[in-house]
Amino acid sequence: MTLIVDAVITGILTGGIYALMASGLTLIFGVMDIINVGQGALVILGAYLSYYLQQKFHIDLFAGLLITMPVMFLLGLFLEWAFIRPIKRDRPTLSILVTFAIALIIEGILGFAFTNNIVQLKAWYITASFKVGEFYLAYIYVFGFALSVILLSGLYLLLYRTKFGYSLQASMQDRTAAQLIGIDVEQVSMITFGIGVALAAAGGMAYGATSAFNPGSLYDLISRLLVIIILGGMGSLRGALIASLGMLVIEDVTSVIWSPVWATTVFFILLIVVMIVRPQGLFGRAEGRKQ
Amino acid sequence: MIMTKRIGLAIIILASIIFPRVFPNPAVMTVAIFTLLYATATVAWNIFAGYTGYIALGHAAFFGIGSYALAIMCVNWHILGGNIPFVLVPVAGLIAAIFSVPLGWISLRVRKHTFVVITIAIFFIMQPMAFNLRSITQGSIGISLPIPHWSNVSFHLPFYYYALAMLILAQIVSWWIRNSKYGLGLLAIRDDEDRALGLGVNTGPSKLIVFVISAFFVGMVGALHAYFQGSIYPAFAFDPLFDIAIALMGFLGGLGTLSGPILGALILEPTQRYFTMQFSANGYYLIIYGALFLAIILLLPEGIVPTLDKYWMKWNAVRNGIQS
Repeated sequence: MTLIVDAVITGILTGGIYALMASGLTLIFGVMDIINVGQGALVILGAYLSYYLQQKFHIDLFAGLLITMPVMFLLGLFLEWAFIRPIKRDRPTLSILVTFAIALIIEGILGFAFTNNIVQLKAWYITASFKVGEFYLAYIYVFGFALSVILLSGLYLLLYRTKFGYSLQASMQDRTAAQLIGIDVEQVSMITFGIGVALAAAGGMAYGATSAFNPGSLYDLISRLLVIIILGGMGSLRGALIASLGMLVIEDVTSVIWSPVWATTVFFILLIVVMIVRPQGLFGRAEGRKQ
Repeated sequence: MIMTKRIGLAIIILASIIFPRVFPNPAVMTVAIFTLLYATATVAWNIFAGYTGYIALGHAAFFGIGSYALAIMCVNWHILGGNIPFVLVPVAGLIAAIFSVPLGWISLRVRKHTFVVITIAIFFIMQPMAFNLRSITQGSIGISLPIPHWSNVSFHLPFYYYALAMLILAQIVSWWIRNSKYGLGLLAIRDDEDRALGLGVNTGPSKLIVFVISAFFVGMVGALHAYFQGSIYPAFAFDPLFDIAIALMGFLGGLGTLSGPILGALILEPTQRYFTMQFSANGYYLIIYGALFLAIILLLPEGIVPTLDKYWMKWNAVRNGIQS
């Protein structure tokens, strides 16, 4: 029983980290109708940036975010400007291929720069743990969860309390109408992409601190993130949050009561069940003709 | 016009039949066989993705199912190398097609963007299955297939002709669908699904049927690929790069065209083999491949065949204008 409670708690805490990565993905989809398949690669890139800063300059992981997040934000702006904006025709489909290509390039560069050996981030809060009830929990899970709460609250304030947030919501609801009332949708898209990539940097640090990774980890990561945003409903932030927490709890509980080998498979089987019952996801809008 | 086209087609088929006699070099033959296999897979992928406009990025799942089906049949029934595995290749394709029915049914419940994501997710379900279902797939150890008994000199020939026959068959199916009423329905789905439904196209079953046809051929390609390679492992049978490769070939040649997929495979597969040989260090290879991909989509988003068609029409119009 305590094992299950333990699994639920770790599930919620890691779920928070996944929520961070998935919110960037779902935000980009909501505004631009683009599925950034490169998000997994960008998360791993974020993890490697934190790793590099720590190895080379001994910068604390959380302090390093002050460097990696702005850098990744700029990278996001660049990627949108250079590769997404030039696509004129059939953007949603072609952008999937373009972001996949970006992911391949990032994987190649990372493999070249850091080799394909598995690495793990190091810090005192990763090794040290404290006692909750009858089991021990590493500090990083709590810190990572706190980081995700802070960043997601910041995102919430940005979306619902600022002028930029209003224009972003308007672009999400109707791109053309937003353009007509004088919102620079191109600029909003670019900044949204930047924010999504910056969130990937933060998520990458938390991911790298809680599990070992190598450049190839991006495939595992992107498949999970895609499942999360489909389950939550494409473009719904609330859906992404709930789906990440739910999925990670289910995965951790499965690995305790059944076997870790099948934990991921249960994750995907759930996806199929939800797709049969509710194809638009938990909080998604039904697809069809846009009037 | 039709006459020149027919003659051209006859010359191409004849040339591909004579090809092994002219270049018997095993290295060249290996590249040729891979090119034929990828061309078949791309034609099959295009039958679904090109005609319906639903970009599927999970066809590697059917490739993997096909290879495992053939390998498992050969091992369980103690089949020796020779002609029998060739007979079993269509059976493996059929097994892939059977798997594709529920997978297609689930993923085709949603529209375009979400569909792409679900096909990717389905692929990522299948790959760990190959690792984890050890009693069936032997996990990461992989399975060895029987080795054909024929001599070294003509080792490649049966594979070459089998792959060529598969490509021709897939192309005939593609041509037939493109020119049938059924194919017109698929094209209508691509252009405007709601309107197609309103006009009486049975969209659900139409999409599923063409998905299954496509999976059947990709499964056969997977099976023949496995037999040619001699052994399979989960990571190579279920390879995300395969998804990307056939999509890239389809896009380069021209999505939804008849000759585009073959042209794309003819250009890209030998190039890819060359890069792999030249820059076998993993990182370089991925970077070059990704960059090539970006360049094609950003510079030639319509593909080679539609772009050439446009120029041809323009040139024709100008010439006719001058004559009249």
